Amino acid sequence: MFFKSVLTLLLIVFSFTANATVKINHWQTTSGSEVYFVENHDLPIIDMSVNFPAGNSRDTKQTSGVASVTRYMMTLGADSMNEEVITNKFADIGAILGGELDADRAAFKLRTLTDEQTKALETFNKILHKPDFPQSVLDREKTRIIAGINEAATQPESIANKAFMRALYGAHPYSLDGSGEVETINAMKREDLTQFYNTFYTSKSAVIALIGDMTEQQARVIAETTSAGLPQTPAVGKLPEVTFPQAANTQNINHPASQAHILLGYPGIKRGDVDYFPLYVGNYILGGGGFVSRLTQEVREKRGLVYSVYSYFIPTAELGPFQIGLQTKKDQAADALKLVNATVAKFIQNGVTEKELKSAKDNIIGGFPMRIDSNANILDYLSVIGFYKLPLTYLDDFNKKVASVTTKQIKDAFQRRIKPENFVTVTVGAQ
Amino acid sequence: MLTNKIYVALIVFSFIPTIALADIQEFKLNNGLKLIVQEDHRSPVVVSQVWYRAGSIDEVNGKTGVAHALEHMMFKGTKQVPVGQFSRLIAAAGGKENAFTGTDYTCFFQEIEKSHLPLAFKLEADRMTNLQITDAEFAKEIKVVMEERRWRTDDKPQAKVNEQFQATAFVAHPYARPVIGFMNDLENMTAGDAREWYKTWYTPNNATLVVVGDVKTQDVLKLAKQYFGPIKPHVLPVRKPQIEPSQIGERRVIVKAPGKLPYLAMGFHAPTLVDTPKTPEQAWEPYALEVLAGVLSGNDSARLNQKLVRETALAVDVGAGYDSTSRGRESMFELSGTPSEGKTVAELEVALINEVEKIKTGGVTQQELDRVKAAVIATNVYQRDSMFYQGMQIGQLETMGYSWHLLKEYPEKLKAVTSEQIQAVAKKYLVKDNMTVATLDPQPIDPNAKPQGHPHIH
Repeated sequence: MFFKSVLTLLLIVFSFTANATVKINHWQTTSGSEVYFVENHDLPIIDMSVNFPAGNSRDTKQTSGVASVTRYMMTLGADSMNEEVITNKFADIGAILGGELDADRAAFKLRTLTDEQTKALETFNKILHKPDFPQSVLDREKTRIIAGINEAATQPESIANKAFMRALYGAHPYSLDGSGEVETINAMKREDLTQFYNTFYTSKSAVIALIGDMTEQQARVIAETTSAGLPQTPAVGKLPEVTFPQAANTQNINHPASQAHILLGYPGIKRGDVDYFPLYVGNYILGGGGFVSRLTQEVREKRGLVYSVYSYFIPTAELGPFQIGLQTKKDQAADALKLVNATVAKFIQNGVTEKELKSAKDNIIGGFPMRIDSNANILDYLSVIGFYKLPLTYLDDFNKKVASVTTKQIKDAFQRRIKPENFVTVTVGAQ
Repeated sequence: MLTNKIYVALIVFSFIPTIALADIQEFKLNNGLKLIVQEDHRSPVVVSQVWYRAGSIDEVNGKTGVAHALEHMMFKGTKQVPVGQFSRLIAAAGGKENAFTGTDYTCFFQEIEKSHLPLAFKLEADRMTNLQITDAEFAKEIKVVMEERRWRTDDKPQAKVNEQFQATAFVAHPYARPVIGFMNDLENMTAGDAREWYKTWYTPNNATLVVVGDVKTQDVLKLAKQYFGPIKPHVLPVRKPQIEPSQIGERRVIVKAPGKLPYLAMGFHAPTLVDTPKTPEQAWEPYALEVLAGVLSGNDSARLNQKLVRETALAVDVGAGYDSTSRGRESMFELSGTPSEGKTVAELEVALINEVEKIKTGGVTQQELDRVKAAVIATNVYQRDSMFYQGMQIGQLETMGYSWHLLKEYPEKLKAVTSEQIQAVAKKYLVKDNMTVATLDPQPIDPNAKPQGHPHIH
């Protein structure tokens, strides 16, 4: 009695084709930046995101943390404006400066009212074009960052993450802690930041995403101005390829916390990977689908061993992690880990059922409207599509790609790509 | 249960459209369920939230955490929708769903493609009245909740400080107790406790249904009447006023936990907005306190961060916070921070107080006031980009016993605050006799140490 009628199903299909398209305009600036633009006048706001291949993976072992410090320091002094002036310039008009940094990407984001865009963009562009990297601010921030690193080194979740990534990626830059190390932060000089900026914040590798209350003509002017002021240095090269662990690597680290933190995994997928959709849909069934996933059912719902257990793929430029994580009371850590390993082994060996696949598709396809229900969400998609050179039709094709996945493809993809016998397993704080 | 007579009387009045402002509309069903609808046609999506006026504020000693435990049990099935099915049905419709419990409320929500709103209503209406709490499911789920407590509080030093801070700042008021519950109470909680909680508070006359999205208000009303209308309400227990006695001297507490950095949390009892102010002060003081918090830490150049992190490097981070609304009509104005290496929490405490004293004597600048106003104006527009957030605001206010109309006047009231009013509230409330201070004393990690506390017996 709780299932939808055929009529409703037809309506859903109709509503997707009617509403769920996003019209993306794409062009290149004269300085070589790629621009992705969606016009939307529903709200008097403009959102902009400028993305660079300047993420943590551009650190080296000797310069660990430089990507993070560079991005942050850019906001703390530009074109002779000090940090106080910069913050106040945005605050005076209610504009919000945001940004993010992950393994691949450094991003600066701006949200502003349409009426205040001129002032907001002026300050935003100075940050991107003329960062000062003031020495006194750098000295102070280094002290703060080191305090944070030292604190993180005492907390079980951070300890587990760090050990896991190090074991999973070995010599690859994905293994490095984006916050840096005490020694590398201590040794960091202003020149390191200016050099990093000139190398990686080049206009030729920048991806500009824009959405909101502007015409394409206005968007072209905004993008052109932002792009033109960036370093006109060569395009940024590719990252090295990831090498796979050749044997299981299991680590147990002591900690007095009441719960053990457990992480296990293997190098997973790239953006635009040929196996992306089978692995993505398959993982929904294994541990990505919240309450209905196999891991949550087995470990939490049936036995009450955890509050949270999950698995996910982080698709990145090179193979990002396939990661499973959980936290459980110390004395049941071994049992919980055994159960997780058994659940994963069975999943990879036997694959998924047709019924599970249908449920997964229903959720992912049916949930598509929520992925693009705000300017903030669409902005993030524009950035990802542009940064990873995904097809412009990525959003339009998404549901078709999901719908075409078969149980056979999922089993095949997991068996070829995920090797539990070579998993990295890190446990912090087990008894 | 409501008597037949009253029930019939209510049917005559049916629903009463009490309000029709802008794009928000409010209705009351004959069983007491309040419905608030905000149309937002930007995407073919709808957010549905059921808010119960039942939170940790309603708990009694020995049963802390039962509001939150019941929230977990709400996913454990009814006669028609067996355990696990709720989540499966919403997932199959492409929906996202979850729930959260606070001091003042418990909220259950779905975000779903608009044509599936009837499914969300059907399921929520079903578990509003037909929940089955079995001993076996409860026994498993309470273990999950204990893991949640370990993860959320026991192993997080700052969370432990905040728990102790609340327990010290409040003596009589239930805000003294943690929403997640004390571990001992969770260990001794029974399925019977959860059933009692459900029977007491889960009734349409104790709930508000908030719907935001690409819907037509009249269609939503019709659906709400169809699914929730038949649920019979029952009389709610009388809620006694729980007024915190005035604090008569500063209070201090120290928490020891594994870690490297110390942490300082300071708070001062402060008033909240009230429905019908009895004095002029009651009407403006909460707004002045909000602006004071904004001037102190509304952005990175606000006073606390600018002076204590950037200019003197005394702290690695600092903040100020204040909520002008709460169901318990109790609030705290809070200052917190982490001292830099080589600096102490005592030095940071002096510096934070010093910043407050500067405002007491010198007031704030027009520029600072203008910045808070600019933020208010912009935020008012930005928040319309999120349906969920809009629903949250409406649901919270209603459940706390305010009207969502507060949203309309809130920006204007904040913009009207003067420097003199800010000085007045700082002088009146941010005084030592009204202060509670909790500090974290970080302990070096001994890898061989056993977790603190007595062992759990199962």
